[in-house]
Amino acid sequence: MFAYYLDLALRSLKRNKALTALMVLAIALGIGASMTTLTVLHVLSGDPLPGKSAQLYYPQIDPQDLKGMMPGKEPPEQLTLVDGLNLLHAARADRQALMAGGSAPIDPGKADMDPFYVETRYTTTGFFPMFDAPFLFGHAWTAADDEAKARDVVIARSLNDKLFGGADSVGRTLRMAGVDWRIVGVLDQWRPNPHFYDLTTGSYAYAEQVFLPLQTMVELRLDRNGSSDCWGNGGGGVGNILPNDDCVWLQFWVQLDTPAKAAAYRDFLVHYSQEQKALGRFQRAPNVRLRNVMQWLDYKMVVPDDVRLQAGLAFGFLLVCLVNTVGLMLAKFMRRAAELGVRRALGASRRALFAQLLIESGVVGLVGGLGGLLLAMLGLWLVRQRPSDYAALAQLDTSMLFTTFALAVCATLLAGLLPAWRACQIAPALQLKSN
Amino acid sequence: MDILPILSTLRRHKLTAWLLILEIALTCAIVCNAVFLIGQRLERMDMPSGVAEHELLQIQVADMVAPANPYARVAEDMAVLRQVPGVISVASSNQVPFGSSSSNSNIRLDPAQVRWTLSATTYFGENLPKTLGTRLVSGRDLESSDFVDVDVAMKALGTGDAKHLPSVILITQTLAERLWPGQNPLGHIIYLAPTVGLRVVGVLDSLVRPNAYDISKAQYTTIVPLRMGANKDQSYLIRCRPEDRAHVLDAALAALKKVDPQRVVTTRRSFDEVRRKFFQDDRAMAGMLVGVIAALLIVTALGIVGLASFWVAQRRRTIGVRRALGATRRNILNYFQTENFLLATIGIALGMALAYAINLFLMLHYELPRLPAIYFPVGAIALWLIGQLAVLGPALRAAAVPPVVATRSV
Repeated sequence: MFAYYLDLALRSLKRNKALTALMVLAIALGIGASMTTLTVLHVLSGDPLPGKSAQLYYPQIDPQDLKGMMPGKEPPEQLTLVDGLNLLHAARADRQALMAGGSAPIDPGKADMDPFYVETRYTTTGFFPMFDAPFLFGHAWTAADDEAKARDVVIARSLNDKLFGGADSVGRTLRMAGVDWRIVGVLDQWRPNPHFYDLTTGSYAYAEQVFLPLQTMVELRLDRNGSSDCWGNGGGGVGNILPNDDCVWLQFWVQLDTPAKAAAYRDFLVHYSQEQKALGRFQRAPNVRLRNVMQWLDYKMVVPDDVRLQAGLAFGFLLVCLVNTVGLMLAKFMRRAAELGVRRALGASRRALFAQLLIESGVVGLVGGLGGLLLAMLGLWLVRQRPSDYAALAQLDTSMLFTTFALAVCATLLAGLLPAWRACQIAPALQLKSN
Repeated sequence: MDILPILSTLRRHKLTAWLLILEIALTCAIVCNAVFLIGQRLERMDMPSGVAEHELLQIQVADMVAPANPYARVAEDMAVLRQVPGVISVASSNQVPFGSSSSNSNIRLDPAQVRWTLSATTYFGENLPKTLGTRLVSGRDLESSDFVDVDVAMKALGTGDAKHLPSVILITQTLAERLWPGQNPLGHIIYLAPTVGLRVVGVLDSLVRPNAYDISKAQYTTIVPLRMGANKDQSYLIRCRPEDRAHVLDAALAALKKVDPQRVVTTRRSFDEVRRKFFQDDRAMAGMLVGVIAALLIVTALGIVGLASFWVAQRRRTIGVRRALGATRRNILNYFQTENFLLATIGIALGMALAYAINLFLMLHYELPRLPAIYFPVGAIALWLIGQLAVLGPALRAAAVPPVVATRSV
């Protein structure tokens, strides 16, 4: 029966090519536009560390002075160096890492290569296991290296390829910012998106090439990127001057494996704030936050407004295309009232007619979906040509591919429901009589 | 034109008529808001900078090893750059207009003030107003005796030592008017921190901030007499004649490389590129909106063509009868045109209400202003035109139906 209905549907669609093409085109345009924007939205609001992100938390405390205090106001979004080191050394979480971003010049020491700048991350040893950063060669530096302000670096695979042709460079020397560094590890391809652990350097498509101990950076006064917020007599730090103790400029992440541990850590943050207040360092009442990765990304609203606006716009467009298709489909079905009347008179049930008409709209949806898929690929290619920092991420994955198809067929079937139902209401006698 | 017969015909095609009205209403609502959004983006992209944009170049260099005396290095670089043929003026700066990366301060008018008044951007560096080409409307420019080395000032800030802090500041007219409406700003004190009070000595005509995301605060700008040392965040700004830019840029880079062959050039661009980059997302968004409007109008027009064709085909016999009873071709043509006009008008009326609702939603979520009334007629006229154009083909076909059709049975 299905094959027969399919045959009828194809015959009917062929009979009125312009109208069929119009319906397919409308569906394809609507699906193409909404899938393009939905894919961008999906990629940008993705989980940077699936399976792990729920256990990673971003502690916030409030070390500011009393000026400008308002009840319910969020604490600063980063930490001061003193508090960061205190929390790091307290080691109350399963894992923890303190960090800041920067950049440094590398002297390749080769005649055929000019010196160049790379993005750097100044952090502590917990960073690598906590964020599941995969090592290609070697390993991270140790906690002892952190305290000893060791001149150790972990480099990214791309830098290893550029400088050492992809060979195991562990133990070799990297000349950077006028200092000789010992390479202890090489990271494999690793680029969590969004760049959740430090959004101040840009939310997407930002990748550090060199990782080195934070306390070594503090000693050497390496160049810093990202933002700092100060109060009182705080100075934000310019050039090689680091921000002072009245400024927040570091990110601190902790891994807490169970909700109970997270609750205990929150208590610890409150306790720490009270202790610092008793010592006279803090002036405000404890004001702490402990968000996990997705909550943090949500709070920071990393997905650009424009991207959400575009998705909304595209769905509005899809809606217009669907209304358009409903109208055209209705017109098409009603025009065949006579034919349907004959089928009814010859004994076809309403249900059978309904099924036949739905198959016809399903075929339009399927072809429209295919067209939409092609248009979505074209749209994503166009997005990738844009200069935005997230442009390169706009790729269709399997789940979005499946969604595209499901959306196209569901949308057209839905659009076919009303016209099919309406066409089944035709009284056969009336149609036969008029002929 | 008689409207009643049209209405009674439409009543027999209620569902199709309402679908067409719905489509027109949705299109109208989206088009009104999209045109408004485009207007917003264009207005933003048109934001004045207050500087001589076509005469400016920006260069950033970074040293492999920090120089022993970063201030002497900047002085040397600037002297070298001034010697480059075609260079009119050279400045050193911590940031550039529309450069995104910015230094900002919370401004107070009284050191004891609990909440700061507003956040303004702080340009540091020598020779800025002259090189940027921003005009001084009153007071004086910064003098070399006003300047303090930035790390001396940072240290003094920590210790609260006022002697080693700058004591004067330049501000824009807009900022002056916002801080002291209707007063002469010269001589007033601005506090960047409780211990840092700076006296306003000059008022600039206009100078946009690097982070001009909010057009209403784009001119909250100050210039503080702090001398920058050589570091990766510091820029050299060069003014030259527009036609000299390309070769001045090359010559300037060569001259800087000569001072230290090891240094890395991290930025080299004209100010036109700075502006283009700052507004690239706005341009892309405006482009996409234009595309969506075009696609929407085309889909709606094709939908109208499809439905009108269907109606014409369905009413062929009726049309024949009308023609046989004496209706002219023009009567038939007018009938379909009026029918479309009626449907479009109802759709547009609904669309206006919907456009208003969408705008309210956008205002709530995207910090957009209210949709000005001027955009409503834009959407209405666009849809009336599209409707009339789309229906013309099918209507002409209807008008061509010969009266003899009335005598045939099918």
